[in-house]
Amino acid sequence: MLNVKNLSVSIHGQPILDGLNLTVKAGEVAAIMGPNGSGKSTLSYVIAGKPEYEVTGGEVWLDGENLLELAPDERAAKGVFLAFQYPVEIPGVATMTFLKAALNAQRRARGEADLTTPDFMRAVRGAAASLKVDPDMLKRPVNVGFSGGEKKRVEILQMALLQPRLCVLDETDSGLDIDALRIVSEGVNALRDAGRAFLVITHYQRLLDHIKPDVVHVMSKGRIVKTGGPELALELEKNGYRDYSEAAA
Amino acid sequence: MSVHSLNVKTGAEAALAQQFAALSPSEPRRAAFAAFERLGLPTRRDEAWHYTDLRARLTEVAALAPAPDAARLEAARAALDVLPRLGGMRLVLVDGRWAPVLCDAPPSGLTVVPTPDAPEPDEAVVALNIAFAEGALRIGLPPGESSVEIVHLDGPGAIFSRLEVFVPARARATVVERFEGATGETQRNAVTILGLGESARCDWTTLIADDAALHLETRRARLAGEAALNDFALISGGALVRRQLDVGHQAASAKIALSGLSLLDGTRHADTTLTLRHAAPLGQSREYFRHIVADAASGVYQGKVIVSPGAQKTDGAMKSQALLLSPTAQMNNKPELEIFADDVVCGHGATVGALDPQQIFYLLSRGIPQREAEAMLLEAFGAEAIERVADETVADALRERLRAWLKGRAA
Repeated sequence: MLNVKNLSVSIHGQPILDGLNLTVKAGEVAAIMGPNGSGKSTLSYVIAGKPEYEVTGGEVWLDGENLLELAPDERAAKGVFLAFQYPVEIPGVATMTFLKAALNAQRRARGEADLTTPDFMRAVRGAAASLKVDPDMLKRPVNVGFSGGEKKRVEILQMALLQPRLCVLDETDSGLDIDALRIVSEGVNALRDAGRAFLVITHYQRLLDHIKPDVVHVMSKGRIVKTGGPELALELEKNGYRDYSEAAA
Repeated sequence: MSVHSLNVKTGAEAALAQQFAALSPSEPRRAAFAAFERLGLPTRRDEAWHYTDLRARLTEVAALAPAPDAARLEAARAALDVLPRLGGMRLVLVDGRWAPVLCDAPPSGLTVVPTPDAPEPDEAVVALNIAFAEGALRIGLPPGESSVEIVHLDGPGAIFSRLEVFVPARARATVVERFEGATGETQRNAVTILGLGESARCDWTTLIADDAALHLETRRARLAGEAALNDFALISGGALVRRQLDVGHQAASAKIALSGLSLLDGTRHADTTLTLRHAAPLGQSREYFRHIVADAASGVYQGKVIVSPGAQKTDGAMKSQALLLSPTAQMNNKPELEIFADDVVCGHGATVGALDPQQIFYLLSRGIPQREAEAMLLEAFGAEAIERVADETVADALRERLRAWLKGRAA
């Protein structure tokens, strides 16, 4: 589903990704682990299309689509979703309004009709209930005054509503207490599907106790330096990242 | 106030003198025009006009609009019929003149009478207004609750109007003032003198959505003790707009809220300049202005809060925030505090910026296209100013105008 070939990326002239190769298959949950500064978040932003990154080489394909040629909103309509590490606050825009705009914009981009208000409400209420999001919260402006846990739950709620094909979770566990971590993970697990792929970016193993990966990739200095099964995450938890920092050097 | 007696008259000043000479005005109007001739059109050397050089910008003076005849009034009636109401009783001025045949019958207690009285011609725009307006209209609002919609329905030409509005003690008035019908051939000069009695409350919303070549508006308001004024203006039309407000209170515990939203595109220019005078203790003032400036448009906000020596325990806060949508858009923000009392809390903030790229990216990443994402953020920015409007029907109409303006931009 996702095919990253020899991807090199810089920001403000500083190289971050250095010839990265990565394949994630449909139905697969791939974890990317790595030390701070290894380029994990950059990878997630480049897949989503954040403008300030400069792609200096390589390609990113989502099935038959060359993502690097698409604007961020077009990528979203093709099924890319990024759950932000730091969801952005948007004062003055009610969460409900935002959700409806996003859902209908994607439908329009795919040539589908707008969802009717009752259908939309039903979909939101269902997603909110399973993620234990208070429906009153959705009347408030996007992410404004939400706790860290609430922000992450609303990210997953958006994911559930938009039904993307490729879900990129950037440090979704950061700032979550153990209960919130469980709710968020259950939300993610409920979306696991043979037609959907997950790229779960995390620094710590604990998220992977809840979202069991099929594959674990270790990233260091802008490349994937090792790939293995779930046991690789446990090994990292025990030994740290030191070995891999050296491996890439 | 500088004097240009040494300068040669501009073409516009000469044209005004010619127009005035053709009238047969009353003595106070002659005195006002003499005052104008001493003052001349304001220039950038006048501090209050620093960013809007009216003398340089006013190159041509429109002919005075004639008093409306029967055909003009009929056309006005047709225009009013399709203008959805935003308030209770409708009062109409056509080309600056009171048009009683187009007004609702006033409810008991509300009085509307023409008056020759005029304020001091202490400033050029006000002096011109007194010289050319055929008197003023005095509106006495009733005790208790009232809701009035004042419609200025203006055609081409130079149009002068003056209103004196009084809200009696303990009354609660909602006023919507709309400027409608103007085109690129309209030059407007409107003055409102507003008085609030003790413990009176007035919510006054002004809509400037038509397309005057020149819109000059002067508002002077004085509040008695414990009175409250909540004044809001939407500027979404007009090539050259200048709103000048002078608001103050002489007795204790008045509350003054002045706010507005300017939507500027093309090469339009809008200047809001206000002076707020706390002359008695325990006053509260809140200024909250937002400006969206696109294309090669320019915005000006000058706010001066003066706290007199006796105005202890004044609580003032002023904010003016602008979003610039293009590299050629301009905003001049100038908040000022002059505080002569020692026990006051006053603050001000002014920002000029662009849309937040992080917010834009977040919306894009959810599939919302660029123009729609920008419109959502701009609507939110503008709507936060409109929140100051208490009347929900009026606020809804303002939000509708904001959306229409954003849509017009996107098209």
